[in-house]
Amino acid sequence: MARRQTRRGGARILAVALGLAAPGLAATGESAEVMVYSARAHYGQEPAMEAFTKKTGIVVKSFGGDAGPLFERLKAEGDKTPADVLISVDAGNLWNAARAGLLGKVDSPEIQANVPAHLRDPESRWVGLTVRARTIMYNTKKVKPEELSTYEALGDPKWKGRLCLRSSTHIYNQSLLATMIKRYGEPKAETMVKGWVANNPTLIQGDTKILEAVAAGQCDVALTNTYYLGRILAKDAAFPVAAFWANQQTTGTHVNISGAGVTTHAKNRGEAIKLIEFLTSPEAQQMFADSNFEYPANPQAGVNSLIAGWGKFKQDDTNIAAAGEFQAAATKLADRAGYK
Amino acid sequence: MTIVPAGRGLALRPAGPSLWTWLAVSIAVVLAVPIAAVVSSLAAPAGDVWLHLWRTQLLELVGQTLLLLAGVGAGTLVVGGGLAWLVVHHRFPGRGALEWALILPLAVPAYVIGFAFIGLFEYAGPLQVEMRRWLGPGARLPEIRSYAGVVVMMTLVFYPYVYLLARVAFREQGAASVETARMLGRSRAGAFMRVTVPLARPALVAGVALAMMEALADFGTVASFGYRTLTEAIYRVWYGMFDRIAATQLASVLLLFAAGLLLLERRSRGRARFTQGDRRRPVAEPVRLAGWRAAAATGICVGVLGLAFLLPVGQLAWWAITAIRARHVAPDFAALLWSTCALAGVTAAVASVLAVLLAYAGRLHGTATVRVAAQLVSMGYALPGAVIAVGVLLPLSWADHALVPSLERVLGRPLGLLLTGSAAGLVLAYVVRFLAVGLQTVDASLGKIPPSLDDAARVLGARAGSALRRVHLPLMRGGLLTAVALVFVETMKEMPATLLLRPFGLNTLAVEIWERTAESMWQEAAVPALTLVAVGLLPVVLLIRLTSRK
Repeated sequence: MARRQTRRGGARILAVALGLAAPGLAATGESAEVMVYSARAHYGQEPAMEAFTKKTGIVVKSFGGDAGPLFERLKAEGDKTPADVLISVDAGNLWNAARAGLLGKVDSPEIQANVPAHLRDPESRWVGLTVRARTIMYNTKKVKPEELSTYEALGDPKWKGRLCLRSSTHIYNQSLLATMIKRYGEPKAETMVKGWVANNPTLIQGDTKILEAVAAGQCDVALTNTYYLGRILAKDAAFPVAAFWANQQTTGTHVNISGAGVTTHAKNRGEAIKLIEFLTSPEAQQMFADSNFEYPANPQAGVNSLIAGWGKFKQDDTNIAAAGEFQAAATKLADRAGYK
Repeated sequence: MTIVPAGRGLALRPAGPSLWTWLAVSIAVVLAVPIAAVVSSLAAPAGDVWLHLWRTQLLELVGQTLLLLAGVGAGTLVVGGGLAWLVVHHRFPGRGALEWALILPLAVPAYVIGFAFIGLFEYAGPLQVEMRRWLGPGARLPEIRSYAGVVVMMTLVFYPYVYLLARVAFREQGAASVETARMLGRSRAGAFMRVTVPLARPALVAGVALAMMEALADFGTVASFGYRTLTEAIYRVWYGMFDRIAATQLASVLLLFAAGLLLLERRSRGRARFTQGDRRRPVAEPVRLAGWRAAAATGICVGVLGLAFLLPVGQLAWWAITAIRARHVAPDFAALLWSTCALAGVTAAVASVLAVLLAYAGRLHGTATVRVAAQLVSMGYALPGAVIAVGVLLPLSWADHALVPSLERVLGRPLGLLLTGSAAGLVLAYVVRFLAVGLQTVDASLGKIPPSLDDAARVLGARAGSALRRVHLPLMRGGLLTAVALVFVETMKEMPATLLLRPFGLNTLAVEIWERTAESMWQEAAVPALTLVAVGLLPVVLLIRLTSRK
């Protein structure tokens, strides 16, 4: 595989060289570039993108924005869009783009081998690049890990006034609830949320802020994505908060993805597929993992040494497409349960 | 000072719709296209989202929005109006410097102040940490993420609008009116309530209306304070339920609120117009404060300035130093600065020209048509940037797909998209969003020119356009430049429309900030944010110099 990529890379470099020598040729021939619309801030992407260009000669151009509006732009541009690849945080966003016909099917055995089935679209229109686990965080001075078990158990009255949550409007929580609905059905998921609400949780916007609140003692347990803790620990190793892997005895910890798909009207479809093949390869996956403390989507890549100490965990293997399918239901459920 | 009934008019006004009416109407039509695109979503069948919202929280949302508007309106009126009165009519230590420094918060984007505020005052913030250390673990402040927190925060961000307009109004009142009131036996306070405030009412109301529309359109602040409003619901429906149609339908409801605000503003101006007759007389003799009164006056001004400007900027500076030490500095600042200023400059120029044309058309022909046109173009100010951006995006891409194929056939080469994602589209969105700021300022300043001057100019043979150029523009120079500076600063800070509509490869400081804050990396965002504040200070300082001139 590696040799094939190198050979292809050599051809690309040659093409670029030719293009530079004869602009006319480059204009008519295949332009060695790929345009990425990215609803993921560029942090963590840059090293992998640079490595791709170095390897293949294909230049990666990137255009960033919030997922909702970026989706509208892609849709409005229609068949004239310059975008070849859409990258987004949250599977729900990718699911929505696929549903609107903005992402095309990609048959790549390489991608399928790189990423486990529950982290990609059953119809092959998008695929996970990184795994973002959302789990229980606790103050190490005030809570013993034995007291913790599942997401549902955070509704236990013993956590009354001790729980911090991000607002239900945030997509991370919506996706968590959506996969819960898929797994348990609405009634059980609603009971869980009502349990949280009964504990009178402090609502705080921003996972980093929540972790700081747990450290300061405003609350003792919370739900956040793990890489936020990784970022803080990288600066302050004594930060008194630890991650607890939720639902290990039952369904596994909820994971979401940041992921990518090839646009339906991609002008550089070949290059776009190559980019995603590369981004899911162990080499690029390692770069993703190292730059933002997320988990690689490709199990062959290792995790950052800082978070290796948290150990391996069982992921909820519900296909993450559920985050999109049940997102509206999750929002409504939260409204009904009074989870703001 | 003369008070002239609105239905004034020496002869010389043409009967039918004139060139000026047509001009005003065509400006309004072009600028109304994005708003119409938003409203047109009402034609689409209402999904079950509405039923859901009705069942769960629509009334609560409307109530919360009204409460927020009331709080921010009262807050900015008291703080902005009060400070203006304090610095214009009194003398106390530091007044000279404070008078201009109080405008500075205008240069700080709301999202920056909001974040700095929460960071400082929340449970885990340094203030409460110290409190617990000294006073024991039970010591705590009231929760910052609350209704009161949002209102205080927005008052601090938006009071400069009221302050700016009120300060100019107080200054221009001249001594005669207050002196007359005193001679007629009114106390100082009585003269203030019965003369000073009523005469400044148009300016106060205009400022408060701007502040309330800003509060209506705001998403960043209410989201980070966890306060639910209609605008917050628009984003929740759009991003959370993937229902953009329902989101724009909700935004149409927001327009109703905006229309209500504008109507209220018109009504409270009343049927009277206030013009400045006598400009030779200086401001009424200011009161010299001494002792605790002087200390209190200085303290209040310094307090507001500290909270609204020094604190957030200090926090940013601290983060910026940390970021520079850690080498998280954005690349290519020159290009970012250039594109930010170019976009803001073009927008400020376009918006000011349009504002002058609209305001002058209204002066020449106070017909319902022209008035409605002016109201229509002001509505955009109450819409969230992302909604306006979609309103601009849809018609532009429609035009692209209708026109480009035939153009391509003629030219024989692919063109791609010409309008979608062009700088022109972005400027259009900015103008729709911020024209109200320019229009309010220009209108207020034009309104102060006595109509007798128009009549004199016309009697002496000047046409309407020539009178505008030779008489009105020189007289309203201050107001016009204020409009330019305000729109410039607003455009610089704008984030959501910039993100969606910018041409490929064009990045601004606001985009650079988003790149970091989207992943809540505030320290890394501090350097571009501080640069944004620094650049925003230039037009603000210009504003200060202009409006301070005697």
